[in-house]
Amino acid sequence: MNVFRKSSKLWISVFVIGLLVFSLVACSTQTTEEPAKEEAKKEASKDDSPKEETKKDTEKFPSKPVNYIVCFNPGGESDITARAQQKPLEEVLGVDVVVQYKIGGGGAVGWQELVNNTDPDGYTVAGFNLPHIILQPMVREDAGYKTEELKPIYLFQSTPNILVVKKDSDIKTLEDFVNYAKENPGAVTIAGSGSYSANHLGTLEFNKEAGIQTTYIPASGSGEAVPQLLGGHVTALMTYTTMGIKHSDDMRILAVASEERVPALPDVPTFKELGYDYVEGAFRGIAGPPEMPDDKVKVWADAAAKVNEMPEFKKKLEDLGFEILNIGPEEAKKLIAEKAEYYEKILKELDLIK
Amino acid sequence: MDIIFQALMSVLSIKNLLLMTVGISAGIIAGALPGFSATMAVALIVPFTFTMDPITGLATLGAIYSGAIFGGCFSAILVNTPGTPSSIGTTFDGFPMTKQGRGEEAIYTATFASAGGGVIGVLALIFLSIPLAKVALKFGPPEYFWVSIFGLTIIASLASKSLLKGLAGGFFGLLISMIGIAPIGGDVRFTMGISSFQGGVEVLSVLIGFFCIPEMLKMAGDINKQKLEDVNVDKQTGVLMKAFLNTFQKPINFIKSSVIGSFVGVLPGAGGNIANLVAYNEAQRSSKEPETFGTGNPAGLVATESSNNATVGGSMVPLLTLGIPGSPPAAILYGALMLQGLKPGPELFTANVKITYSFMISLLIAQILMLFIGLFTGKSMYKIVTKIPDRILVPSVIFLTVLGSYAIRNNVMDVVVMMISGFIGYILKELGFHPGPIVLGLILGPIAEKGFVQGYLMGKASGQSLLIFFTRPISIILIIITIFSASWPFIRAWSKKKEKGAVIN
Repeated sequence: MNVFRKSSKLWISVFVIGLLVFSLVACSTQTTEEPAKEEAKKEASKDDSPKEETKKDTEKFPSKPVNYIVCFNPGGESDITARAQQKPLEEVLGVDVVVQYKIGGGGAVGWQELVNNTDPDGYTVAGFNLPHIILQPMVREDAGYKTEELKPIYLFQSTPNILVVKKDSDIKTLEDFVNYAKENPGAVTIAGSGSYSANHLGTLEFNKEAGIQTTYIPASGSGEAVPQLLGGHVTALMTYTTMGIKHSDDMRILAVASEERVPALPDVPTFKELGYDYVEGAFRGIAGPPEMPDDKVKVWADAAAKVNEMPEFKKKLEDLGFEILNIGPEEAKKLIAEKAEYYEKILKELDLIK
Repeated sequence: MDIIFQALMSVLSIKNLLLMTVGISAGIIAGALPGFSATMAVALIVPFTFTMDPITGLATLGAIYSGAIFGGCFSAILVNTPGTPSSIGTTFDGFPMTKQGRGEEAIYTATFASAGGGVIGVLALIFLSIPLAKVALKFGPPEYFWVSIFGLTIIASLASKSLLKGLAGGFFGLLISMIGIAPIGGDVRFTMGISSFQGGVEVLSVLIGFFCIPEMLKMAGDINKQKLEDVNVDKQTGVLMKAFLNTFQKPINFIKSSVIGSFVGVLPGAGGNIANLVAYNEAQRSSKEPETFGTGNPAGLVATESSNNATVGGSMVPLLTLGIPGSPPAAILYGALMLQGLKPGPELFTANVKITYSFMISLLIAQILMLFIGLFTGKSMYKIVTKIPDRILVPSVIFLTVLGSYAIRNNVMDVVVMMISGFIGYILKELGFHPGPIVLGLILGPIAEKGFVQGYLMGKASGQSLLIFFTRPISIILIIITIFSASWPFIRAWSKKKEKGAVIN
């Protein structure tokens, strides 16, 4: 028994040390950094008198690592952008940029957290997407946030919609597609990422514009829709430019729903060129909590603008199919309001909302 | 063959082997900690690989992935907590073995099975990737629907004691899976006014709650009993040989499970979480003594661990050939490939063929390194966990479950869900419900729903309506397998009766 006690003590200490090492490992990783940091932040704001805090802030912002929340799965468009921005942003801001994930509900879980539970000290921002932040509060009873509660900082890229078919399909042009759809009303299936996404709305808008009737099949995520096309389970895919570039060996892009041709796809005509007034896609940017002060919004917006100008960053994103945007806080706010009005009109026309 | 040799040479550098060893060890730690999944481990390391050359970067990521899937078995065997959803089935026989003082044997068995399964998965990747990818693409929404229905028939074998309780558990799991946003249509359901629930209930936190918490509460209840293991931990001899024989003496179970794992891994949207249960089901079905499963039969352990590591190679098949990730960690590897300037698809097998094969070979080497690391650390892991007195082990594990369930999505709701399901799990356990069917329903619910609605929309567009579920060739095969699997317990009962009858006569 004595021996056992001794050795048990030894094992306890081994275990406790192990636990400490584990938590050290865990804390040096990005995902778990957040709680510790928040804690530290709270403590710091408790200890410091408010005066000191403001003084420090005017002196230099940011003066400690900043958090960049990604509300979608790693590997998706939002994540790829954030990862590409991380290092350049660190250069510009002069502090570490910690990318972390708050995933779920098509982004809603992260955004409601940003709006309701985030300290508006400017040290935490989240990626946000259009039309998601407009459509979710519109069609859901309670999305947990309101569109206007997110404080837009910058919109830096967009992925216009594209209409694609399989490379070996008989449909060679957009005209073929429209004719085929007119001959077989309702039988043409178009898969896309999710319900009430830019792909979904885009399909409905295009149906209306071309006077055709197609069946939209929502997948969960733009990546998940791809095998449905490649396996021949659907006729076409309404997806984003990035997907068309990833899978250019297997897909034929019929048209792109942007105002002008996309740099990475110089040979693909726009819908407008072909006579369909249809422009749609997803816009991505960063936003802060509702009470985030304007001077801090400006620091972030300037940093995002600077990153966008870096040739290497710009080339990386454009090669992947992104369209670089430079829309600052005020303009972004205006754009969101305009789009909200536009989508409300469409959804009402289509009887999707009251 | 020449290219394979060249690839081998480029992988076998000190730097690569060192980084892979570190990767596997880090993966094992992440996998063993409940809540830290393979996906997370891979995602965390991706930024570090940007500065490495492509081969080294990919080899490191592949090593972490393999290690994390393997690491899940440690917590499953030692404290009845699947470290990742891929080792759910490992708890069924692994933990009973620990209770019988055979934990070391269980860990070694799992190590052999994992490494072996991993090798088979990678061999499938190297030699069969093109045909496998073609078959995988043939799986459309109706087929996914039937795959998930087939998966639900596993309930019958998981709940061998009471089919009714098993079915009730399965339905309970299906109901929980409906919380959150509908996978198709985007309606918000059953969130009870909690907006965090829009993201749905996280499988991992329910898993931790159902498997780990009841066991910990039970241990806390028996705190004064002396541990069985204290007596015979050091006295076991020949465990290594025993474990080796467990895995390879009857190779059919091991090979069959690895093949199941490889193929399920190839299917996008299905991974180790489903593969390990399907393999377990099959091992139990074809076993001569199915009643020993769930009481510490190493064959069950071999099935789950070889199949889940085989999914690693399998999930790379659609990624490398078509650019479609076969699993969430593979999706992150995809991002890493893209940022390295490599485009998944045919180009990988022409312009960048050396990198591609080097990556495949590195996965193979990772399995071998994993074997040595597993055998080297297995004993000490087992010793540490069993020698810690319960009064310290229980609170530590519970602390880790809280940390882990928060870390999944940085969401406090997940911790609450974990605790609530732990409480429910304890009561259900006392009432004789097995947690397996509940978790199975939770995992398969969304796949079934998505397949059904998408298939229905497709059917409506083609004028077949629901008939689409019964007219496609792969669907028909799946229906037959489903019926066979669902009726197997009855067939067995019937034939046993007949046998008995014959003896009496």
